[in-house]
Amino acid sequence: MNDPTLRRPVGSRLRLWAIAILLIIIYIWAFRGMQFEGLQGTAKSVSVAILNGFLHPDWSYVYIPEGEDLLRGLLDTLVISILGTFVSAFVCLPFAFWASSNMTRLRPLSGSGKFVLSVIRVFPEMIVAILFIKAVGPGSFAGVLALGIHSIGMLAKLFSETIESVDHGPQEALVACGANRLQVIFFAVLPQVIPQFLSYSLYRFEINIRSATTLGLVGAGGIGTPLLFALQMRNWNRVGVILLGIVVLIILTDLISGWLRKRIV
Amino acid sequence: MKPDSTARQLSSTPPSPHAGPPQPGMRPAGPPLPGRYKRYATWMIFIVVLVACSIHTDATPYQLIVGLPEMGKLLGEMFPPDWSYLPTIWKPMLETIQIAIVGTTLGAILAIPVALLCAYNVMPRKLISLPMRTILNLVRTIPDLLFASIFVAVFGIGPFAGMLALLFFSFGIIAKLTFEAIEAIDPGPLEAMTAVGASRIQVIAFGVVPQALPYFVSYLLYTFEVNVRAASVLGLVGAGGIGLLLDRSLGLFRYDRTSIIILLTLVIVLAIDYGSNLLRRKLL
Repeated sequence: MNDPTLRRPVGSRLRLWAIAILLIIIYIWAFRGMQFEGLQGTAKSVSVAILNGFLHPDWSYVYIPEGEDLLRGLLDTLVISILGTFVSAFVCLPFAFWASSNMTRLRPLSGSGKFVLSVIRVFPEMIVAILFIKAVGPGSFAGVLALGIHSIGMLAKLFSETIESVDHGPQEALVACGANRLQVIFFAVLPQVIPQFLSYSLYRFEINIRSATTLGLVGAGGIGTPLLFALQMRNWNRVGVILLGIVVLIILTDLISGWLRKRIV
Repeated sequence: MKPDSTARQLSSTPPSPHAGPPQPGMRPAGPPLPGRYKRYATWMIFIVVLVACSIHTDATPYQLIVGLPEMGKLLGEMFPPDWSYLPTIWKPMLETIQIAIVGTTLGAILAIPVALLCAYNVMPRKLISLPMRTILNLVRTIPDLLFASIFVAVFGIGPFAGMLALLFFSFGIIAKLTFEAIEAIDPGPLEAMTAVGASRIQVIAFGVVPQALPYFVSYLLYTFEVNVRAASVLGLVGAGGIGLLLDRSLGLFRYDRTSIIILLTLVIVLAIDYGSNLLRRKLL
């Protein structure tokens, strides 16, 4: 084992050490930023109240014949994420073709598409939601637009990767028969990628429903708005029942979309 | 094989050589009739759900078109960005990154034992792994902003609450992805080690960990990227970081300040994405 040829060259060892020291410095800096100011004076009573609220959810909130209740809030959330996913799945198709490198001979073109997508991806849904609330007013519609626009970045990236991995045979065969560009896309590319598209869209739907539950915190509709009110009023029984509803809704949609995905692929 | 999926596969396969070039309006290898009806029914249900949803949210193109000028005005107010605000947002921005680093790391450390306990090939006893998995699933269903708003109520306003929120959030993701990676590792070395009389701990340390480590690190980096984005909005509920200033600038209608915050976030996130991609390529 002491054979010097078995040891890593000095350069790479130095680099490893440099990386390790850099990491340690970063960690020290990061942990120093988290001054733990001790628990709030009220932390204990608040924790007990929260636990108590979670153990005794406010069941009367589940259904109120008139006005806002849990079921309506959850339905709102579900609707927002369905529509948001649909909008993004539709709008991202041209983006996906723009960003995939095998659909064009011009490299900068697909590069610019990829850059646009990563810029779209950077904005968190919350910020997009705030912008849309200014545009169309608070409510579910703003939530739909926010989810739709935000999801384009991720969905189009996955789609373009799928398009890049298609089999070239059918495409070349169609070109040889004299098909034009649109015909090639319709009959050679789309049939190959549609199952993947659907599967990714369903996956995005699962993510979107999680986001939709918190969109209401900034006023973009769904269950988040009553949740924020309950949190501000320290009404822990109500927070408990809303959290329970969210968990049930997410588990149900995960199950359903997982089942659908298995049928598609 | 279910009829619907066969129909879909038939119609989605590229045109078979003996069917000749496809022509619109003619369906060479068309699915059998019942399958076709089923597909029509699927589309009908899909469209009905969509229309019902749009009616429910009053989402109409008209509203969007009416709102667009309003948004244009908003974007107009965002430019030019207020560069003099940059020194003020520098510190909260760094705090955002700190929150993301500490939250992700602590969550990942917590995730290691749980991931080992969840994987069936390391912990064959379902009595332990099944409840663990249930807890993981529950943790993952709760969005990070929810965690943050609850922790703010307990620990007060500040980065500590945000860090805890991200800790739980990343714990859920990393543990889930890692235990799936552990279950997919090559069982050969484990069997060999058991055969020569290695203890359970030794099998894990020398058989499981080396195989699963690259995946774990890659998931850690991925979660870190997600967390930097999440940390930038945690401040909206009072959990520290840049989100607080974002909320304030929006509340005061100082959109020129909003735009500089968004621009800086963009730069930081892109830089971190680039760095972590570089690191991942080195590691895998």
